[in-house]
Amino acid sequence: MQTVKMVITGPFNAGKTSFIRSVSEIDVVSTERKISSKAERVKETTTVAMDFGRITVDDALVLYLFGTPGQKRFDFMWEILSEGMLGFVVIVDSARPETFREAMGILHTFRAYAPTPYVVAANKQDMKDSWSVDDLRIALKLSDDIKMLPCVASDKESVKKVLLELLYSILEEMDAKQGA
Amino acid sequence: MAIKGHLRDFSVAQLFNLINLAQKSGTLTLDAADQAAWVSFRAGKLIYAQLGEEDGTIMHILVKAGRLTDRQAKMITTHSSSKGDKEMGLYLINADYLTQKDILATLRSHILDIVFQLFTWTDGFFRFDPNVLPPEDRITVHMDLENLIIEGSRRVQEWDHLDDEIPNLEMALKFVDRPGADIQNVKLNPKEWEVVSYVDPKNSIKQIAKAVKLNDLEIRRIVYGLLQAGLIEIVRPESMPQPAHAPRIRPLDERVQATLIDRIIDRIRSL
Repeated sequence: MQTVKMVITGPFNAGKTSFIRSVSEIDVVSTERKISSKAERVKETTTVAMDFGRITVDDALVLYLFGTPGQKRFDFMWEILSEGMLGFVVIVDSARPETFREAMGILHTFRAYAPTPYVVAANKQDMKDSWSVDDLRIALKLSDDIKMLPCVASDKESVKKVLLELLYSILEEMDAKQGA
Repeated sequence: MAIKGHLRDFSVAQLFNLINLAQKSGTLTLDAADQAAWVSFRAGKLIYAQLGEEDGTIMHILVKAGRLTDRQAKMITTHSSSKGDKEMGLYLINADYLTQKDILATLRSHILDIVFQLFTWTDGFFRFDPNVLPPEDRITVHMDLENLIIEGSRRVQEWDHLDDEIPNLEMALKFVDRPGADIQNVKLNPKEWEVVSYVDPKNSIKQIAKAVKLNDLEIRRIVYGLLQAGLIEIVRPESMPQPAHAPRIRPLDERVQATLIDRIIDRIRSL
């Protein structure tokens, strides 16, 4: 049995666990703990080591989705999680501009760990205060060639679209390498 | 849909850059602890600004700028039946008090004074309401934001902020590929032109600073202005090695990987 993995990353409370939960065929194995810091008490629990979900592709292949811990003090896990990944998704909470700078930092860190393809998911597009994808692209200083997709992490179809775009990017990069 | 947030997370320069690049029309409201301001834009150009409870009428602006005396203003207001700024402007021109050029120059200067003050606001809330524009009777101007962002950024003197934005002077610079970002149309001073002439992924910011004899703070100021105006971006210098801690990932055989990706795509589509 061959296993491959993709990493789902992003700032604290961006929606990484929900994203994995929407498509995983198993209950997401989560390492959530009650949040102790008052400053980060936006939600009751957070991921401290990693989440993982599974999609069985066929008899010989399994895809694992690894969610990184969102709080900064657990970022020592990021490098370990990024090793050997096919690609990664950066999830951004479109309704919390205070997290945009952190999202950019996470993106650059993962790019440094492994130069694999990635896409950016503009999550919580169903919320009233969410920034549009175009505005987010400017705020995050992303060039037009980086795929940025509107997303609602709790919606399976929306999550599927993001994962498919990442897979298409992986194929495109492979084609480009072959053509070079 | 309104864009809103805190100025700690998104500076005035960044907001102006967003409005400029997205060619937005609407009004930006800034609400600091002790005062508020409104700045309006049409298709990404600055058209109007008002600070707090200040009287924003053209008569008040002209008196404040010394273009009219209090006495003249009082007399004109008494004798004119005009109420709105546009009608009042026409009256002033027809009655030979001022030319159209004088009025627009004074208004432009007044708006710039307000806007440059706003660049120093680092604490407070912002909200951008699309398509909300000043009242019809107000005289508006039409100013490009790129030069204004550069000038406003010059006034952002705090070292800590600049250090936060450009922490590593070993990085290099390159011109952005964005259509419409034309360095030729931007007004730069001679020192900035010198810096621009060295923009190349081969040169680190530190090397540029040395070449044009600028200290770390001065080079950061110039680079910050050009970055905020969306004209350049920071890139890893061509000579800089990958970080030593980056793990070397052994790629799968490409043919194997392509088949594998196709299988995953099929599976995800079927979910």
